[in-house]
Amino acid sequence: MNWYKWLPVLMIASSAGPAIAIFFLAEESHGWRTLWNMLGAVLKIVLMGVLFYEVHLGREIAFHVPLMPGLTFKLHADSLSLLFAGLSTVLWFLTTIYAIGYLEHSPHRSRFFGFFSLCVSTTIGIAMAGNLITLLIFYEFLSLTTWPLVVHRGNPTSIAAGNRYLVYTLGGGALLLLGVVWLQTLVGEIDFVARGGLSALEAGTHNDLRLIFTMLVLGFGVKAALVPLHGWLPGAMVAPAPVSALLHAVAVVKAGAFGIVRVVYDIFGIEFCERLGVLEPLAGLAALTILFGSWRALTQDDLKRRLAYSTVSQVSYIVLGAAVFGPKATIGGIVHLVHQGLMKITLFFCAGNFAEELGLHRVSELDGVGRRMPWTMAAFTVGALGMIGVPPVAGFVSKWYLGWGALEAGMPWVIAVLALSSLLNAGYFLPILYAGWFAERTSPWPATHGAPFPGTSIHFPPDSPANMGGPSATETCANPPAKLPREPLMPPTRGKHRASHEAGAPTAIVFGSEGSPSVPGGLSPASTSTAAWEISPLLLAPPLVTAGLSLLAGIFAGSSFSPLYWARFIMMGEY
Amino acid sequence: MNHAPVLVVLLPLLAALTSLLLPYRLAPWLFSGCLAGVGGLLIPLYQRLIATGVFRYRIGGWGWPLGIDFYLDGTGFIMLAMTWALLAGIGWYSLAYFRGRPAAAHFWPLLLLVWAALDNLFLTADVFNMYVTLELLGLLSVALIALAGTSDAFSAALRYLLAALGGSMCYLLGVAMIYSASGTLDWVFLRTVLTEGPRAAMALALVTAGLMLKSAIFPLHFWLPRAHANAPAPVSALLSSLMVKASFYIALRMWLWIFPGVLHTHVAGPLLGLLGAGAILYGSLLALRQDRLKLLIAYSTVAQLGYLFVFFALSMHPEDVTPALQAVVFFALSHAFAKAALFMGAGVVQRTLGHDSLDRLAGCAQRLPQIVFSFGVAGVSLIGLPPSGGFVGKYLLIDTAIRERQWFWAGVLAVGGLLAGAYVFKILARAMADGLSPTFAPHLASITAPSHVLPDGAPKAAGDTFPAPATVATGPTAPTEGPTTSFTPPTTSAPDPGISRHPTPAPPAAAISAAMTAVPAEAAPPDRGLVWSTWTLAMTAFLLGLLALHPLQMIAIGAPETGPRLPGSEILK
Repeated sequence: MNWYKWLPVLMIASSAGPAIAIFFLAEESHGWRTLWNMLGAVLKIVLMGVLFYEVHLGREIAFHVPLMPGLTFKLHADSLSLLFAGLSTVLWFLTTIYAIGYLEHSPHRSRFFGFFSLCVSTTIGIAMAGNLITLLIFYEFLSLTTWPLVVHRGNPTSIAAGNRYLVYTLGGGALLLLGVVWLQTLVGEIDFVARGGLSALEAGTHNDLRLIFTMLVLGFGVKAALVPLHGWLPGAMVAPAPVSALLHAVAVVKAGAFGIVRVVYDIFGIEFCERLGVLEPLAGLAALTILFGSWRALTQDDLKRRLAYSTVSQVSYIVLGAAVFGPKATIGGIVHLVHQGLMKITLFFCAGNFAEELGLHRVSELDGVGRRMPWTMAAFTVGALGMIGVPPVAGFVSKWYLGWGALEAGMPWVIAVLALSSLLNAGYFLPILYAGWFAERTSPWPATHGAPFPGTSIHFPPDSPANMGGPSATETCANPPAKLPREPLMPPTRGKHRASHEAGAPTAIVFGSEGSPSVPGGLSPASTSTAAWEISPLLLAPPLVTAGLSLLAGIFAGSSFSPLYWARFIMMGEY
Repeated sequence: MNHAPVLVVLLPLLAALTSLLLPYRLAPWLFSGCLAGVGGLLIPLYQRLIATGVFRYRIGGWGWPLGIDFYLDGTGFIMLAMTWALLAGIGWYSLAYFRGRPAAAHFWPLLLLVWAALDNLFLTADVFNMYVTLELLGLLSVALIALAGTSDAFSAALRYLLAALGGSMCYLLGVAMIYSASGTLDWVFLRTVLTEGPRAAMALALVTAGLMLKSAIFPLHFWLPRAHANAPAPVSALLSSLMVKASFYIALRMWLWIFPGVLHTHVAGPLLGLLGAGAILYGSLLALRQDRLKLLIAYSTVAQLGYLFVFFALSMHPEDVTPALQAVVFFALSHAFAKAALFMGAGVVQRTLGHDSLDRLAGCAQRLPQIVFSFGVAGVSLIGLPPSGGFVGKYLLIDTAIRERQWFWAGVLAVGGLLAGAYVFKILARAMADGLSPTFAPHLASITAPSHVLPDGAPKAAGDTFPAPATVATGPTAPTEGPTTSFTPPTTSAPDPGISRHPTPAPPAAAISAAMTAVPAEAAPPDRGLVWSTWTLAMTAFLLGLLALHPLQMIAIGAPETGPRLPGSEILK
């Protein structure tokens, strides 16, 4: 019995265990919940380290349990799974810190953190899945565990978003199931092996295989938000910011992209895919998604929706990398799995901070925010520049390799797509940066904390949009106001308005009436906020760390610790 | 333990008769004793099955063809074990449900009789004996439904009685024809004795029609939703999980063990499958349209029974019979757990909220978190998502369909799952919608320490968590902190004093109407036994898929070697 074969199981259990414990905690046991969360997050990082070490030693790490006659539940750790699992582990740790700060006083925290941890377990399961059926199990399970987080607010908007999400994911799941079963009836159990295992099938089955490939890619494409299956993603932004950050920027969409990468490289094998002629249509779909997502992002005023469409576009870089035949493109696609995760989570953390601290939800409200929250804005800038592809941020490395790979593969049109997409990226990110750093603030902040940290109570100036029911916020979010003001349910001690803001509901914590001693948010927030941090350190540290990591991943791309090095290592196995 | 097979039947039967003589308070004890006893008897049966395979037991030593024999194979054993496990769960639930209610005096003896009849049915090798147990189950169900004591329940019970009588009558006619054609009633031997001909065909048609009526297969499902929705919750669970499986079990025996060697059943198989497909689509769509929780779940049973009949279309090739049988029996098993959990959960909702209207479930997720969680995980099994038992059953069915290149059936199974998803998440979305009062949410931990969530504890808890709103809010406040007043559903449209807890200047009409639909806070939290028995059954259904390997291997013990007879294939004698 080799103890290390249990490592993948422990990786999953290190967040599933705390999840179960947290479900059983009372709402008020804040300390215990934090303890469990952090315990799980730290333990997972430690396990991840051990796992990297064991793989480095060249150990075969695989865990099997028979599931049904002829089917095995198999977890393993190959280089690709370590890449994704490592990303999820590190980002989970940071997001947990962020979420603890973010959700300090909102209702149903036990439910939230329980499902949140389950989602991470599921993502790790997707990363570690050793065969197709195991991947399918975790992939479907991910739909189930994310649904409660999407509908977490419980208001009509989030319920509607949740329903939409379900229609897409259950439909995709059903298609995937049919594809998986069909493939298994042809070849029996399908383990993930480098270069795939299907090329030996006789030519008579090739039409079937093309169809199966399509079903699998569309099934995974739902979560990867490939056009036209992307409809759930912008709506799912009603979820709390940590959910948007980790799940809808990293875990869920990456699960889809990761599934496609697995299908192309480890089930069919890229060379066999090329022979089947299924890569060109996939590349076309990815290119379409890249351009469409960027195009839609241009016109969004709601910051989170803009970031969501940007996710739609950026995740397809990974798919594009998988669909262009050639080692360089492979490297570009796989490394973007990590790079996009780091940059996008930074952006979502920052968007959460703007909403949290100043009540800013729309791009048009961001004027002058850089002077009020310089650190957050700096992190946002790094993420945004990375997305555009400005060196030395990590995004540049991905785009460089993708372009190089396209040339290598003789697909120069991909370069045009990349250039156009970068242009569009710049088109929707640079105005934000300009507004944040250079624009003059002319109106008061929509909402601000009287004393940012630790706050006591908040007061809205009587004329702030929040006080008027926030019609502007609600319209641009395309979220109808919730029927109920929810805030009275939350302790107003350090009342947070984000719940209703994200859901587009009118804010109603404390209405500054005439003559109330409210601190005007307005143009002089410095009097109250410069003394302390610009925002709680729990909320500031995660974006700074991820922004730093995106920079480091770009600057030290050539070192042997970088994601690029690892991606190159993965590529070696596939050609 | 040589007599274990007959003891499995006798023990509940004797307990039922004894319970009529003793004070009814003792009945639960008898029931628990039976659980221990039958559970103990299942172990040697299991060991013998594993060691020697299928076996017969001669009651009284008479043996075939004079006496009635018991016959046990893997399928039979799984059914016995399922009956035991579900009755354990339902019994645990009923203990709390019927506590201090007069209906308890009738419920326990009836439940024990149902148990004896089911065990007998799953063990007997005699098709007439099957008729007797079937009739018995029908009559017992009528009595159990009527226990609800409402006029709706009486009329539903009467309808059920008529349907059940019609069904058993058909079945009896079929059995009579079988006997006249073959001279024996033992289904294990019938296959070799019965000869092809119009009489056999007629017998099969009659038997099948009767059984379809009894298992409520579309379009003969008319009696089921009302009967299952109007019965008391534990009875609904029993009917939907076990009773419908009884008649399906007989159909399985007929179609797989007896007639395939006799008739060209490949013609009729797809026909039954089509009815099943109709049931899946029609039942799911109707389930979606219901506005009462229990009716929704009942229509979901109509839909799920469809899957069982799709099986008949999929077991056409000899090499597919065993996988298809494994799939369908496992599917029936996991459906039983999931459906029982759903009905039991609906019972808790009805008890706690005083209604089971879907439109007024808002806030349920806070008030009854374990129940909503149970709905979720049991629903996952109905949809057929991993890792539930339903997933394994559905996976194997789709696997068979695709291997036979029957794309239509694969599509039907996939679409059925999506429709199930639609109605399951309809319940969940309603329950997750925000009610007014998360403060009063009895969280999992609070249930184990109920003093925190009892109505008298609520004001305290609220005061602890929230500073009095009036001190913070600047809106017009009437300092009414007592949640008992705050969250009483207003009976008039006048602003309730409780609404002013919210610092909203003027409570919008929406808030009032939402307050009316919210869960009344003064209702006591449900009994722990009700909650945890539901939760346990739901989790069993959910995790069953991970434990599927061994049950699936069990089902293969004694599976028929050949499939339905195809034209040209030789008849196995």
